[in-house]
Amino acid sequence: MITNPTGRLTQGQFSFLPDLTDEQISAQIKWALAHGWAVSIEYTDDPHPRNTYWEMFGLPMFDLKDPAAILMEVNEARKTFPDYYIRVMAFNSTRGVESPAMSFIVNRPTNEPGFGLSRQEGHGREIRYGFHSYAADKPEGERY
Amino acid sequence: MSDTENKPSELNEIDIDAVYRESEIQDVLDRLDAELIGLVPVKTRIREIAALLLVDKLRRQLDLTAGNPSMHMSFTGNPGTGKTTVAMRMADILHRLGYVRQGHLVAVTRDDLVGQYIGHTAPKTREVLKKAMGGVLFIDEAYYLYKPENERDYGAESIEILLQVMENQRDDLVVILAGYKDRMDKFFESNPGMSSRIAHHIDFPNYNPPELVQIAKLMLAESSYRMSDEAEGVFAQYVVKRMEMPNFANARSIRNALDRARLRQANRLFNSRGRMLTKADLMTIEADDFMKSRIFSDGVDESAQDGE
Repeated sequence: MITNPTGRLTQGQFSFLPDLTDEQISAQIKWALAHGWAVSIEYTDDPHPRNTYWEMFGLPMFDLKDPAAILMEVNEARKTFPDYYIRVMAFNSTRGVESPAMSFIVNRPTNEPGFGLSRQEGHGREIRYGFHSYAADKPEGERY
Repeated sequence: MSDTENKPSELNEIDIDAVYRESEIQDVLDRLDAELIGLVPVKTRIREIAALLLVDKLRRQLDLTAGNPSMHMSFTGNPGTGKTTVAMRMADILHRLGYVRQGHLVAVTRDDLVGQYIGHTAPKTREVLKKAMGGVLFIDEAYYLYKPENERDYGAESIEILLQVMENQRDDLVVILAGYKDRMDKFFESNPGMSSRIAHHIDFPNYNPPELVQIAKLMLAESSYRMSDEAEGVFAQYVVKRMEMPNFANARSIRNALDRARLRQANRLFNSRGRMLTKADLMTIEADDFMKSRIFSDGVDESAQDGE
């Protein structure tokens, strides 16, 4: 039985929905800016869910006021890394919170092979489960 | 089709007054009239722009095409004629008319746009443009961007990026260039692309003496000062004399003159120790405070000397 027939990566917000349009992305960024969160763009080609630190694209955008500027940067990132995962993050720097408040994928590779489940026999009848992305078998930069 | 009945037809009437009130333009224009003395051509142009944007808004309501008009501007005029002040207002006006989304003003000069080594300029300019998006980018003394005598100057690169964004993303930001008239004319001559992308070339006229006196009164009122009647007469003479001096910078010279008058007033009050001062004493600038200016004695004003 295939549980996720499309093989789409489901991390962050809106990942079960169809890809967001540019207007929808703008609206989300506008929401983040209205809360005073710092927006940044990150990319990776290793979709493993434990890979939490993606590479940052460009500079962090602390002092921007309008979503158009950030969308411009998103499009720049898409042009540079057309076959990478790209996400937009919003960081809430309120003292005591200091964590990402939003994170959603804005670009994904055309072909997402998905993940394979591996089992390892441990002591007794213990079984350790692990999974890895089929794409990650290839070296970095050639994965998609 | 069912949606034809929802669409307003040519018979539909639109209440222009309602849209007008809603946008609170009158409020902005009134404030413009009250707080900016003179500058008739500038105010006329702002009124025209406001009208155009309002009509476009109405057209859009009736599903008529209303292409976003280009709103890039160039402000030319002598020093101290209020270019920066009007640019600040412009951001507010365009925001109220719904032309720009955030209505903030980012004021920059050449230093903020042009980098120091190869490959530094483009990211620097783009950073500034991103910061200004949704608002107004005000480039003061824009002619410094282009230095024809040095062909390896990076200013041209900055202009190229500016032009590209001014053309492709005119919904996202408005660029206002400002500078002295003659130099800006030369700048536009050597950058015809820039000139043609700017829809509004607004020239700021010099102030005449009565306007300058009015400006002075407004400036004093802002900081809770006032002139005595006698002082006003003297100040009017001062203005006429000062205008003939070199380095006259319109309202800026007036501000400096007032600052010096306040200095003398403070000194005069300080020297009159021994008697009780009233609130009116602290507020009033007397004729004497202007008379002591060197412009009346040997015809040289302090400001003309210190190269202001």
